[in-house]
Amino acid sequence: MSETPRETLRLVVAGHVDHGKSTVVGRLLADTGALPKGRLERVEAYCRLNSKPFEFAFLLDALKDEQRQGITIEAARGFFKTARRDYAVVDAPGHSELLRNMISGASRADAAFLVLDVRDPAAGNARRHAYLLSFLGLRQVLVLVNKMDLAGYSEQAFRRAVREHGSFLDSIGVEAAGFIPISGRHGDNLAAASSRMPWYAGPTALSALDALGAPAPALSGPFRMPVQDVYGLGEGRGRAFVGTVESGSLAVGDEVIFYPSGKSGRVKSFEEFPASARAEVCAGMAAAFSLAEPPAVERGELAARPGQRPPLVAARFQARLLWLGVEPLTSGKDYVLKLGAARTAVRLEKAGRVLDSSSLAAKAGAAQVERNQVADCVLRAEAAVAFDAGARFVIVDNHRVCGGGFVEKL
Amino acid sequence: MRDPLDVLEARSVFILREAYAGFKNLAMLWSIGKDSTVLLHLARKAFLGRVPFPLIHIDTSFKIPEMIAYRDRLAREWGLTLLVGRNDAALARKETFPDGAVDRLACCGLLKTQALKDVIAGGPRWRLDLETGAYEPDASREPFTGIVAGIRADEEGSRSKERYFSPRGSAQRWDLGEQPPELWTQYNVDFPPGTHVRVHPLLDWREVDVWDYIRREKIPTVSLYYDQGEGRRYRSLGCQPCTSPVASTARDPEEIVAELRTGRLKDVAERSGRAQDAEDGGTLEDLRREGYM
Repeated sequence: MSETPRETLRLVVAGHVDHGKSTVVGRLLADTGALPKGRLERVEAYCRLNSKPFEFAFLLDALKDEQRQGITIEAARGFFKTARRDYAVVDAPGHSELLRNMISGASRADAAFLVLDVRDPAAGNARRHAYLLSFLGLRQVLVLVNKMDLAGYSEQAFRRAVREHGSFLDSIGVEAAGFIPISGRHGDNLAAASSRMPWYAGPTALSALDALGAPAPALSGPFRMPVQDVYGLGEGRGRAFVGTVESGSLAVGDEVIFYPSGKSGRVKSFEEFPASARAEVCAGMAAAFSLAEPPAVERGELAARPGQRPPLVAARFQARLLWLGVEPLTSGKDYVLKLGAARTAVRLEKAGRVLDSSSLAAKAGAAQVERNQVADCVLRAEAAVAFDAGARFVIVDNHRVCGGGFVEKL
Repeated sequence: MRDPLDVLEARSVFILREAYAGFKNLAMLWSIGKDSTVLLHLARKAFLGRVPFPLIHIDTSFKIPEMIAYRDRLAREWGLTLLVGRNDAALARKETFPDGAVDRLACCGLLKTQALKDVIAGGPRWRLDLETGAYEPDASREPFTGIVAGIRADEEGSRSKERYFSPRGSAQRWDLGEQPPELWTQYNVDFPPGTHVRVHPLLDWREVDVWDYIRREKIPTVSLYYDQGEGRRYRSLGCQPCTSPVASTARDPEEIVAELRTGRLKDVAERSGRAQDAEDGGTLEDLRREGYM
């Protein structure tokens, strides 16, 4: 193909219910020519038939319940492109009952649009979503101050929203990449610059988005590969240790150490189908390697290289976690911890400081962690696991993922 | 910058390996179409040449004959474990759309959804004998706990709302309002007894990515996807009575990629040739809630 490959950036659109997220996304899809022929017309016909005013949001809110209730229930994906790159966009629900769906979409994003109603920039979920974006470590956040049409495209109203929400973002350590006055309904400053706000000289939402950085795998840094599995290669050909490389690189002839067991081996070859003569793998690749004199290692260990910073190995660690379970997270009960490729029983040792993700009111010394609370807690696993500071984990209870977070320190 | 196809491939391989490590009874749906054939190729990559779980093909008996010949040939060439499920009761009663007994959606519900649910739950199924090429009743009747399917988010509305690992409840229903959280790539493989999980490794792929990957990897696909000189080809393959070709002169994957990027199909919906979608209000939501792929 003559066309050079284009990078894809994953974008999540967050904000309070009814502040216009789905409208913004629908409008972006329409204005960037991402909609198939007839799609807009079909939605218009649907609205006429059901005596509803036309909404760009209906392009995303595809479910029957969503259209009936006029809200987004489940995060929807869409795709659009600019001259610079391709985008995969997730339209997250703003309703507080549906935080788990917002978090699911946001946890995989490279950048976020935080959509605010200019008339109500301090609304509960505008703050909660901003806080959760920062909890997830999302650093590239563009604030879209929406519904400028309903505020007479007033500079004063925009400045007030920027002031109110900006000071809140400062207080939670989020540095917005920009504040942009928009109207999702009329398309002002989304794909095209608006003539109705001559006082605004900044970029449109799309050009601000194009100016953000693309995701890059951690090529530098120590080699890390959680062992996903070990496959037999057939008679006399040994075994392959498989997994996706999280950081660094590994070459034929390199020594590998597995943690927590401390077992080691030397890379004989990389195994691929169809067969290849690959000499090195690096961050982001799904790899498989065989070892000379392979040790008995199972799924769950972390592959690293000697001479580089070793991972931590511990059964007890401090973590910051968000709890989404209906039942609170309590001490004295067994849960399942999934960290890297490891899976082990885990208990809450101490809840510590607990923060309500909506009011952001903190409480020290809580006995348990309630739904939608973020806790700085101590977890104790049944078996030692290997990880780096900042590692992501989830907790499973009763067959469901009920929470997740980051390892802070030992 | 990494090639976006490499990014998509690595993500899908990771998901396939998680599914294989997580589910004791895993199977993969193979519709013979381009998406699930890409998925099959990815599985051969993930598991280094062999596919360590069965493929399930739901045969409605109304598939285009070339698809069936291609299915059996590839299965024998690649040494695949191929299981075929079919709703024989509905076919015997002629309870189908082509027989004029039911509408398109009800036909999909009976010949695809019900047949699939029966195979997943451990109902009768046929296994391809790779030596003889004949189909024999499968000796195993174990239910499946993990089902890999090649759906993509950009196909239609309800699929854009899917999880990578999507639990199905009792009676195999998809409870869209109650989907559990799915954080980062820590996928959940836990499920209560009597339920199963649908696994969707291709969720992030767009139609053009699929074709670009078929081109790059030289994946064999049925000739129905290509213009044979008559100025039309199938863009999406289903049952003969409910699928129609589109006007196109693309003769190979490279020409299809060009047609999707800048040519006449760049703004035409992929499933516009699939009649059952239109009957469900442009989405497959109702069918998919009941267990459709």
